Amino acid sequence: MTPTSKHILSLIRISAAVLFSISACAVSAAEVNVYTARKDHLIKPILDKFTQQTGIKVNLLSAGEDQLIERLKSEGNNSSADIFQTTDVARLNRARVEGLLQPISSPVLEKNVPTKYRDPQGYWFGQSARARVIFFSKDRVKPSDLSTFDDLASPKWKGRVCVRSSASAYNQSLLAGMIAVDGLEASEKWAKGVVDNMARKPQGGDRDQIAAVASGQCDIAIANTYYFAGMLTSDKAEERDAANKVALFWPGQQGRGTHMNISGAGVTKSAKNKAEAIKLMEFLSGAEAQQFYAEANNEFPVLPGAKRSQLVSSWGDFKEETINVAMLGENNVQSIRIFDRVGWR
Amino acid sequence: MNGTAPLDTAVGPRNPPFFKMERKFGFGSGWVISTLLIAVLVGAPVAFILGHVFVSSGDIWGHLAQTVLPLYIVNSIFLMIGVGACVMVGGVGTAWLVTMCRFPGRNTLEWALLLPMAMPAYVVAYTYTGLLDFSGPVQTLLRDVFGWSSSRDYWFPEIRSLGGAIAVMSLVLYPYVYLLARSAFMEQSVCVLEASRTLGRGPWSGFFKVALPLARPSIAAGTALALMETLNDFGTVHYFAVDTFTTGIYRTWLGLGEPAVASQLGAVLLLFVLALVIIERISRGVARFHHTTSRYRHLPGYQLSGWRCLTAQLFSFSGLFFGFVLPAMILAWWSLRYSVLNFDFLPIVRNSFLLALVAALAAVSVGVVMAYAQRLSPSPITRSAVRLASLGYAIPGSVIAVGTMAPLAMIDNIVATFVSEHFGVNVGLLLTGSIAALVYAYLVRFLAVSFNGIEASLGKVTHSMEAASRTLGQGAFGTLRRVHIPLIRGSLLTAGLLVFVDVMKELPATLIMRPFNFDTLAVRTFSLASDERLMEAAAPALVIVLVGLLPVILLSYAVAKSRPGGKS
Repeated sequence: MTPTSKHILSLIRISAAVLFSISACAVSAAEVNVYTARKDHLIKPILDKFTQQTGIKVNLLSAGEDQLIERLKSEGNNSSADIFQTTDVARLNRARVEGLLQPISSPVLEKNVPTKYRDPQGYWFGQSARARVIFFSKDRVKPSDLSTFDDLASPKWKGRVCVRSSASAYNQSLLAGMIAVDGLEASEKWAKGVVDNMARKPQGGDRDQIAAVASGQCDIAIANTYYFAGMLTSDKAEERDAANKVALFWPGQQGRGTHMNISGAGVTKSAKNKAEAIKLMEFLSGAEAQQFYAEANNEFPVLPGAKRSQLVSSWGDFKEETINVAMLGENNVQSIRIFDRVGWR
Repeated sequence: MNGTAPLDTAVGPRNPPFFKMERKFGFGSGWVISTLLIAVLVGAPVAFILGHVFVSSGDIWGHLAQTVLPLYIVNSIFLMIGVGACVMVGGVGTAWLVTMCRFPGRNTLEWALLLPMAMPAYVVAYTYTGLLDFSGPVQTLLRDVFGWSSSRDYWFPEIRSLGGAIAVMSLVLYPYVYLLARSAFMEQSVCVLEASRTLGRGPWSGFFKVALPLARPSIAAGTALALMETLNDFGTVHYFAVDTFTTGIYRTWLGLGEPAVASQLGAVLLLFVLALVIIERISRGVARFHHTTSRYRHLPGYQLSGWRCLTAQLFSFSGLFFGFVLPAMILAWWSLRYSVLNFDFLPIVRNSFLLALVAALAAVSVGVVMAYAQRLSPSPITRSAVRLASLGYAIPGSVIAVGTMAPLAMIDNIVATFVSEHFGVNVGLLLTGSIAALVYAYLVRFLAVSFNGIEASLGKVTHSMEAASRTLGQGAFGTLRRVHIPLIRGSLLTAGLLVFVDVMKELPATLIMRPFNFDTLAVRTFSLASDERLMEAAAPALVIVLVGLLPVILLSYAVAKSRPGGKS
């Protein structure tokens, strides 16, 4: 190599290094990058609050949780994501198993998030809890006929049950919870029983199931409570009217309690802004953010002592399932296979 | 990249001996090399997905075959047959009526028949569900009139069904056939038709025996596009609770976490498409579709009256009404009632529009290069390259999105590692999550859309034109620029528009590959709709439709003007 070409090469190296460090600097101002499966409007307001208070900018990318996992996987260690946020525990667990998250220890998080709503090793933390319950027609069903989810497989409900597709992570986790407690065989039998009792082929979302009870297509629906709350407080008269024909029942009060799931988040393995990411996670577990979760979407705050929304409080206290939600993630694939086998589409 | 192809590529009417010479000399030209390069780039995601095919998958296949697979197959086949038949009858029928016949309303229909193209199928599905399901206005009215109280008192067709899916998809997809068939009918020389009339054919017989066979490549191309859209549709079938291959692939890849098996399902899906293409090619046989005369005259315009006129109007207007007018009215009504159109819409509209524009330009340029290379050198290598590059359209969008991201991120990671090793600076991923990556993904998905149309149209330019141009001293590039492009201008516009509208509606790739803090109209629509807030989603959906309308109208105008030999 001639001296001149050496000079040129080193010149290129230096200018490239300068160029790259400029672009790297532009990226490294205080900010945190979030991949979220929550809907924009259900997370953005509270992230703006965080930016206001800390000066840390939050960049948001919202998409489906399965797709975000694929994006994280393909981006590998150079991914710009710092936090991965989902609306269901099974996907958090999958992200951990795929090696996309890193454990963090934070006294604040450990204090704010109850043990059953976080990963035992600190890979992910719950940020809000969701209850999956039974809704029934006020006209056609007596609450005394209801007891547990297990009971929905009994022949007395033949042709009377509405529930959404098993593609929904909420149904997968519901069944995964049963597998954890009752085992595979009993759970499959239950799923088969529910399929036999369905009033129609599973279709639509949770709100559609509640609306179907109101319209007389079925007598019983399985849905998450915040959808019901959304209908009761809707600005559409039809939705309010429909919700008013339907009542909520907390299943499993004599037994293991009502099925709970979480929305939550973890710090990614590739996080470049780890300190900021932990700060944001802590903020989201704090009183102000927990109140946002409770009010904006009528979810259950995970922070002990945080107030539920007025509407949710009006439904009264209930007994929650006590198993760690991590169990739901572990049984996820088993549950999908059961759904396939029993023909719960 | 011009001028390297030898003169021999331009031959007269095709016949086998000349063919061989083309092959011998054509390979190695800049055109072919560009095409191979494009095929490698655009085909990489497809190859990545299919690469999973050979991965062993344990017992999952057994599980699928015993449980859900038969249903996927049956539903997909019925869906294809249903949609295929409907779009062919609807698309060709309306194209012929509008091009060759005169009846009141024809001038409006000429452009308005394209309008359903601006409607994403999933949005139409939402609107019809809102209209026809139990709590919708139609059933409510029936209940009020007849005094029924619950769904157990009467029977009403279930909109969320296979039939519903066929109807909805046919309504929004027939314009693909209409557009290409109409271009074909307009490019045709009337002389041929008149010759057929002189030889004793009536108007119907002339249509079936002369015009239809001549337009066959275009009709096939349009139907193929419609069927590929059908196969890779996720939104509609998912919403209508119809389990097809696409929902199955989605569930297997992302739900069961089995990318290998999902790819194997995807490969089966590709076989469907391949079978379609092969059947069409075989049945076409050795026929070629050049127009042998360049004499053009005004199209005759059969004047329709009486019941014929009424039938023609009813037939043509029903597609327009159910595919566009009614759903648009429902959207408008929902938007007015339930959502606020505010100014934070503007950047989203801009994002969508610019992305679609850039992608359309890219897809048309690349499509022209490939179609021309194939014409210059129809060797098996070019042909396979071209086929590989257009496979992306048949793979479900959500899968192709993941498949596109993976090779891209791999290159990105290699660059990042290289830079950090040599310069000690961590630049992160340069391409992933950039607009360029997004345009690349659109190219992977929609290249077939532009290519099919361009290929069909280029195939109709007779080779003697080329021979003449070459004799007069033009190189390959000169011939393309001065002869072919002016001749197929209309089809280029069509191709560009199809891609534009497709990108406006595109969801899965946009959703997963877009940069931080970046939204498009489709993303906004989906975000609201998937939160079960259909009616709030109406406003952004309506804007997709409105923005999509601009180029549709522009295009209809251009197609009407594009007939060689003057105005129609």
